[in-house]
Amino acid sequence: MTGEVIKSLIVPAHPHPVLCPEKNEGWQRVRDAYDGARKQIEESDADLIIVYSTLWPSVIGHQIQADPNPEWVMVDADFHDLGSIHYSLKIDTEFAEAWNQANIKRGLESRTVAYHGFPVDVGSVVALELLNPNNRIPAVICSTNVYSNRAETTVLAKACMDVVKAQGKKVVAVSVMSLSNRMFTEPIEPHEDRIHSLKDDEWNRKILEFLSEGRLEDVGQLSRTIHDQIRVKKVVAFKPMWWLSAMNDNRNDLTGQVLAYEPIHGAGAAVVVLDPESNGTGDKEYDEDDVEFYGGDRNVLESDLEENGTVNSGPALYDPVEGANAVNTSKAPKPVGAYPHARREGDLIYLSGVGPRQPGDNSIPGGPIKDSNGNPLNYDIKAQTRAVVDNIARILEEAGSSLEKVIDVTSFLVDMDRDFSGYNEVWAETLGKVGPTRTTLAIRALPTPIAVEMKVIAKV
Amino acid sequence: MAKGSIVAGCLAPHPPHLVYADNPEQNEPVSEGGWEQLRWGYERLRESLEDVDYDVIVILSPHWQTYVGTHFIGVEKCSSKSVDPVFPNLFRFNYDLAIDVELAEAIHDQAKSGGMSVKMMTNPDFRVDYGTIVSCHMVRPEWDKPIVSISSNRSLSYYSVEVMQEMMIELGKSTARAIEESGKKCLLIASNSLSHRHFVTETNPPEDMSKEHITSHAMHLWDMRMIEMMRQGKSQQIINEMPEFCEQAIAETDGGALTWLLSAMGVPSEPAILHGYGTIIGTGNAIMEWPCRNWGA
Repeated sequence: MTGEVIKSLIVPAHPHPVLCPEKNEGWQRVRDAYDGARKQIEESDADLIIVYSTLWPSVIGHQIQADPNPEWVMVDADFHDLGSIHYSLKIDTEFAEAWNQANIKRGLESRTVAYHGFPVDVGSVVALELLNPNNRIPAVICSTNVYSNRAETTVLAKACMDVVKAQGKKVVAVSVMSLSNRMFTEPIEPHEDRIHSLKDDEWNRKILEFLSEGRLEDVGQLSRTIHDQIRVKKVVAFKPMWWLSAMNDNRNDLTGQVLAYEPIHGAGAAVVVLDPESNGTGDKEYDEDDVEFYGGDRNVLESDLEENGTVNSGPALYDPVEGANAVNTSKAPKPVGAYPHARREGDLIYLSGVGPRQPGDNSIPGGPIKDSNGNPLNYDIKAQTRAVVDNIARILEEAGSSLEKVIDVTSFLVDMDRDFSGYNEVWAETLGKVGPTRTTLAIRALPTPIAVEMKVIAKV
Repeated sequence: MAKGSIVAGCLAPHPPHLVYADNPEQNEPVSEGGWEQLRWGYERLRESLEDVDYDVIVILSPHWQTYVGTHFIGVEKCSSKSVDPVFPNLFRFNYDLAIDVELAEAIHDQAKSGGMSVKMMTNPDFRVDYGTIVSCHMVRPEWDKPIVSISSNRSLSYYSVEVMQEMMIELGKSTARAIEESGKKCLLIASNSLSHRHFVTETNPPEDMSKEHITSHAMHLWDMRMIEMMRQGKSQQIINEMPEFCEQAIAETDGGALTWLLSAMGVPSEPAILHGYGTIIGTGNAIMEWPCRNWGA
């Protein structure tokens, strides 16, 4: 069971293609393109549509719709005279909850929303109405945080992909957005519609040239420039390309199709389909910070960061030592000394001792065992043990191995009496199913305020 | 028919936390209170208006955001549930309110004749924005007065604070002319915070006041400067400094409500009354009243 993005879409948010496509030939072509994209989805084996909508801004982190059946009547704030859209959506709540947890695990502020009468935004309603009529497959909708930067948006996508892979979903990723978003500030007759300016039109066509060549990451890297050039500074920036690019592993060699490009009240409305098949061109140089865990300003309300398990004191951290046989990854916590994460010798991989600290923010799932003054704290040995196993899995994956290939483990516990039972329980759920040999030792302390560490040998 | 008049102008911020903390029966979530400094401020405003006779509330809210001109609700009865898309955990309010369509159309017509892009909203399925509901509820929880609901034209997004203010000054004048011709006594509400940088995390519970404070000292300084100018009747100076305030304090006055209000009152040199100030999830909020009824002809 392999989860993956099987199709990515960029679609416009205005209600015109739903409510009145017949009033303008261009709006009708957008509607036809929407229908074409719908057919492509129906002919695929997609089992989930994930919508990232610029029309749903959020302030408190990231919000994910988790009402199994959001239902209401949507009226656009500007184009209310075009009519109403009754929506009744089918949400994959299991995926929504899992994505939320994955966000939190990667350091993001996140929550689900499931409230009767919640106003699903016009962009999500329009996209799902046209791409997924009658709720043929379930959907998930995520907000756009007004303050998030590229790093945060990238982590949001990676968390989403964690769940896609874990649940083996075949997903269609949809960014709902305009290209240029400058509308006419006065009412116009449908036949008067055109892209607001030649400059906007030229930028839109350049973006679409890139997308038709499958150069999604290039558009992502130009996102800030595009935002400066052709975007009215509404509450969210040109962020969806960051999300969509990260959902596609920041690739630049996708296969792109532009199904439509038309004005809607002056804004650039395009329907674009991107398939994961390589178009044969070379991939790109990814020149952004490829963040795995978000460690931004999420704790601004916290006066004591140790409440969240973040360690501000302790030994200095080192970049892992590089060498001919060294295996290192940014997905594992930094070492507390001059050594690599792992070392390959022949067919075997030897891991340095692995604890539960998280890469990026150095936090300890389950909490530290003591504060910076040495006062003991309550902690969760199960959470710590799970985090150790997760870190081991990431290092092994970097080495081209996996948990299934672990052959020997030496575990260290700082409090055998207190923790052995919980540690043993998590072991049974994880490495215990693989069946490596194991030795568990009680020791006085570890360099950081953690309760468990493992030393692992695995086959390649 | 006697000339209509503005009995008072109010700056009445709309964070949904205030209704949440008040626990009215219309709102679904239940709280343990919180933000008392501001809610007591609203209490003082209500006491100040208790014996004031007026017919209608005219409100401009930045949460009905329109990009194609300024819109007015043109449906006489609005009844539905308003759920805040940003804070749905705090605000799910069942409302049932009346619109003074006649006055709304009069302001619409005045603004149109003044050259503004305007539109009446007549779709019966339209949901009233939560900013309008929060401010109106906090000012007049009895819901016994009809309202005129005006959208926030986001002209700042397209142009600049200066252009936004030009338009809001014209809209304010149009509002004043329409009110005068209507013969009605009106209470005007600008529904907005001052500095508007939010925290991006939420406490548990949200009403944990031990974590509530302004996001930065600079925001505090700007809020105090604006409040002091209001208290001294320096309306023109507020308008003059609005571009810097909007930029540096990420102020919610960028939606135009305060400029509209000051213009409708004739850019008064009379002082405003400060009924309360407090922060909500880091944003600065002042409850101010300009008691126009006491200013004489």
